[in-house]
Amino acid sequence: MTASIQRRLRIEPAGAWQGAHLAELWRYRELLYFFVWRDIKVRYKQTVLGAMWAIIQPVATTLIFTIFFGRLGGLSKQVNGSYSLFVYVGLSLWTFYANAVSLSANSLVGSSHLISKVYFPRLLIPVAAIFSGLVDFAISFAFLLVLMVFYRVPPSPQIVAMPIFLAGTMLVAAGAGILFSALVVSYRDFRYVITFVVQLWLFGTPVLYTLDSIPAQWRLVYGLNPMVGMIAGFRTAVLGGPWPSALIAAGFVTASILLVVALRYFTTVERRFADVI
Amino acid sequence: MSSDAITIAGVSKRYAIGRSLRTSNFRESLVSMVGAPFRRLKRLGGAASPDTTDFWALNDVSFTVGVGDVIGIVGPNGAGKSTLLKILSRITPPTKGYIDLDGRVSSLLEVGTGFHPELTGRENVFLNGAILGMLREEIRRKFDAIVAFAELEQFIDTPVKHYSSGMYVRLAFSVAAHLEPEILIIDEVLSVGDLHFRNRCLGRMRDMRDEGRTVLFVSHDLTSVRQLCNRAILLTSGRVGLEGTPDEVTRKYEQMNRDPSVGNAGSADRVHPPPHYHLRRVELKKCGGGITRNFDAGDVMEIHLWSSGRAPENSFTAEFKLFDDHDDVISFGTANPMRTTYYTADQQHFVCRLGPLPLTEGTYSFSFTVRVWNQERWDFWDKAITFDMQRCDLFKTGHSVSGARDGQFVMPQEWLAGD
Repeated sequence: MTASIQRRLRIEPAGAWQGAHLAELWRYRELLYFFVWRDIKVRYKQTVLGAMWAIIQPVATTLIFTIFFGRLGGLSKQVNGSYSLFVYVGLSLWTFYANAVSLSANSLVGSSHLISKVYFPRLLIPVAAIFSGLVDFAISFAFLLVLMVFYRVPPSPQIVAMPIFLAGTMLVAAGAGILFSALVVSYRDFRYVITFVVQLWLFGTPVLYTLDSIPAQWRLVYGLNPMVGMIAGFRTAVLGGPWPSALIAAGFVTASILLVVALRYFTTVERRFADVI
Repeated sequence: MSSDAITIAGVSKRYAIGRSLRTSNFRESLVSMVGAPFRRLKRLGGAASPDTTDFWALNDVSFTVGVGDVIGIVGPNGAGKSTLLKILSRITPPTKGYIDLDGRVSSLLEVGTGFHPELTGRENVFLNGAILGMLREEIRRKFDAIVAFAELEQFIDTPVKHYSSGMYVRLAFSVAAHLEPEILIIDEVLSVGDLHFRNRCLGRMRDMRDEGRTVLFVSHDLTSVRQLCNRAILLTSGRVGLEGTPDEVTRKYEQMNRDPSVGNAGSADRVHPPPHYHLRRVELKKCGGGITRNFDAGDVMEIHLWSSGRAPENSFTAEFKLFDDHDDVISFGTANPMRTTYYTADQQHFVCRLGPLPLTEGTYSFSFTVRVWNQERWDFWDKAITFDMQRCDLFKTGHSVSGARDGQFVMPQEWLAGD
């Protein structure tokens, strides 16, 4: 079923109808809200442990990484204070990011029944998938505050800047998610590539190690990964310390470029979705 | 200014068949990208063999629908009705031409799109309403009316996975019925429910007509086209075959159906299959005999159906509906749950042994559906094949019963002398 709220409409061949239709997205904002609301409701209805998963996932990963990288790999020597806390801070945001990207990437294919029966801006689907992870993030962030009490680490006053890095992470996730979701529609096996990409991406991001372990001459290249600035900035906001300003700026720039590229690709292929999905 | 609600101008839609429509995998794509220049060279060299065939599902279709018109679109399978609906609904773009719509549009290709089984009735009303383009405020305002219309007050906070299929459809239809578009585009597949539901759909459409809304209605049900519409269009092979009054158009369509245009080999291949998983071929056989389209009462018929490939899910069913020559359903069968055959996704050939046939003389047709029982249909092949019942002399008395006079089937009967 479809409805379009606008009064006059011309339906034309693909190609004559591109560009991100901002006005239309704005008209459909309530549907975005409903998609997010549905995803969140369904997620918690279908699980036994419900909200616990939002904590279990980063905690379990933190434990594994603490043992393998911290103890055996010797990375914990880089960190002043608890390596586990250091890793958990990064992982709480990273887990949000990784889930957002993979949910978003598979979201279009998972909504094929909608796409073949209803019109609405297709962009809402991968974008909604990103917003729906926010509840999980809020829970794991709350648990982070509990951990900080446990480790007797007072939050730095810089924590007020945290939302900037959360927003930045959503920007990166939107770029990657929108691009991947459109690719997966055309190339179904691309989703295996995505799992792999997200896993590798973690190691290219300072979640398990400090920024200092990157040699100075590689910093620039390293900073092209937009998640570097987001994770480093997020950790600085939570645990304090000097801002990695250059990396943060680079992160927002590359994230914006990624989003623009993703939107361009998405809008050129979105009208074909119903024919190939 | 014209008072047309819908202007369709030279609309064409091309699909590439031959190559799978479900676009390949990434590796194949890379390979074909690398290979493209070589293929072009080959083609220049004259060794042209296009690896795809273009199929025009719609070919230069033009017509207009005035404000307040109720227009019925009829036509055989593969005529392009669904494609036209999808273009009008903005689900797929036209390849050529354009459509102007003047007015708020709602299009219903199915009821209950986006319903989630885990969500309650209440939650689904809001979700589905939003998907239909209603604003939250509007849904809130109409909520009580929607629930009352569906007669589901006690169950509205129960997850819809616990609903019976009737309740589910009632709720879904109720949401759709509370739309207030200026132009309604609607598929008759909606009216596949029971008779009661079908009548409600038609009733609601009649209301829409009386309220002066514009309705474009795609249908196989010629009776409802005659009853509801003030104009009709016959689509054949992607073109407008005839545009006129509902009577003219439905009569022409009926004549077309009588033509033995599909050939008499006894089998039917689907010439213009819908994309993706679908039924592709059907044959009728006499049990222990060969392919035929002529049966006598008492014969056991074997329906052989073939699908296009691997099914989307396991444990699915194939279903038939049997129609008489007035297009009325006279019987129905399904592999499950009426019987207990559950097909696995790999199964591509389905056989239904039917009979002994109790049918009287006349022409009958089958439509077929494949799906997981009670879920959305993967394919619905309407009027897939027709067959003739020749002699109906079940009791071997030399008297054959004709369907035109005496109904569609003969029941077992004994006649005795009373006291």
